[in-house]
Amino acid sequence: MLALVNVTRQYPNGTTALQDATLAVDHGEFIALLGPSGCGKSTLLRLIAGLDQPTSGTVTTQTKTIGYVFQDPTLLPWATAEQNVVLPLRLQHRPGDPLDALARVGLRDFTQARPRELSGGMRMRVSLARALVANPDLLLLDEPFAALDESTRHTLQQDLRVLCKQQGCSAIFVTHSIYEAAYLATRIVIMSPRPGRIVHQFSSGVPNSPDRRLSPEYTALVAQITHAMQATP
Amino acid sequence: MKAAPFLFAALALLAWEATVRILHTPSYILPGPLDIATAFWSAPTLLLGSLASTLLVTATALATSTLLGVALALLTALSPGARAAILPWAIVLQVTPIVAIAPLIIVWIGDPFTALVVCATIVAFFPVFSNTAAGLAAVPPELLDLFRLNHATRWQTLRLLRIPAAIPQFLAGLRISGGLALVGAVVAEFVAGSGGVASGLAFRILEAGYRLQIPRMFAALALLSAAGLAINAALGTLQHWLLRRME
Repeated sequence: MLALVNVTRQYPNGTTALQDATLAVDHGEFIALLGPSGCGKSTLLRLIAGLDQPTSGTVTTQTKTIGYVFQDPTLLPWATAEQNVVLPLRLQHRPGDPLDALARVGLRDFTQARPRELSGGMRMRVSLARALVANPDLLLLDEPFAALDESTRHTLQQDLRVLCKQQGCSAIFVTHSIYEAAYLATRIVIMSPRPGRIVHQFSSGVPNSPDRRLSPEYTALVAQITHAMQATP
Repeated sequence: MKAAPFLFAALALLAWEATVRILHTPSYILPGPLDIATAFWSAPTLLLGSLASTLLVTATALATSTLLGVALALLTALSPGARAAILPWAIVLQVTPIVAIAPLIIVWIGDPFTALVVCATIVAFFPVFSNTAAGLAAVPPELLDLFRLNHATRWQTLRLLRIPAAIPQFLAGLRISGGLALVGAVVAEFVAGSGGVASGLAFRILEAGYRLQIPRMFAALALLSAAGLAINAALGTLQHWLLRRME
């Protein structure tokens, strides 16, 4: 559903944010983009979303709708949760149910709350509901849980897996947490910095169960990722 | 805390009155507060009428500069070309001393009221324009990305993102412009007043000065200060009320 072929993005000041990236994504895949900061993970995501254009190479997407979750919740501070979630539908004149989207992320009772009345985790849930409201077939997430505390992060990771499954959408998830990648992804893509390039890819053999964090496959995957990252310059 | 400014004013007035009495300062050099109050009460309708005339110019100029400032700020937000074209002219208007061009404006525009309004508008225009334009431009880039992702039109981005985001800055600019509209009105009246075409407070100040009615001059000045404080307080209340409603 998505193919990047030899994609390079060079900025006018000469910095190469991304070099020669080739990546194909299938339906139902959950891909974690892992790497240190400055390795072009966010650039890759912006290129896929069409927010940026490659200097060379091609980005082909067959997606109908893309949902995007930013690093910060990025909500309109003067609008209620419902008004924030309905925004993509309103901008694109599409039908949809913002209240249902909020209920799916567990905010049924907070539809009329403004962002400042919500906790950091709840704001991120509103942001997630906004990305899901138009029923996207591809969800792009740029380190969405980095600013949250660990227990909130775990709950949201779990909910994200369930929501993606329900929705049947693929996801590309930027993170710099090995554990997050091992927990969420069906495939892990490791990138190296300066210039950003894809250096390793492997799929996850972790069983699809609620307590997958305790499985030996999870531990093995964490070790595999750690070794791959240590070998990365 | 709320009583503090009044308490301070009362003390200052007392000290003023005492100083004038102890030093036997003649009232044509510095009248005491009681002299000034007496001068006001001897001709209240004259001074209040002049105040109304000045306030009418101020209000009209504030309304005009707000409409003009917001309209041009919206234009700069919609088109970078318009921004490049408008900004230098706005700055030229801001740095031009109104005292220098007021005589020309008064000569060009025959009607005294319109001429005063034009002068005060020139003075009051810049803060409301530049604050609104800055507010419309300073939107978090991630929110702009969000709108781009959803293929928002320029008009949608303006209406749903830039305008609500700019309201606090617009209100701050409006408050500054309110004070400046009064200053502009008074300066224009001073220039026009020497030609004998107006009846605002500045004209009363000039007139009282010529006649050496210094207490009346001070009474007119006091009214002017009170009007400035009232405008600032009114716009401040509006600002707080609207911002509280937006939250």
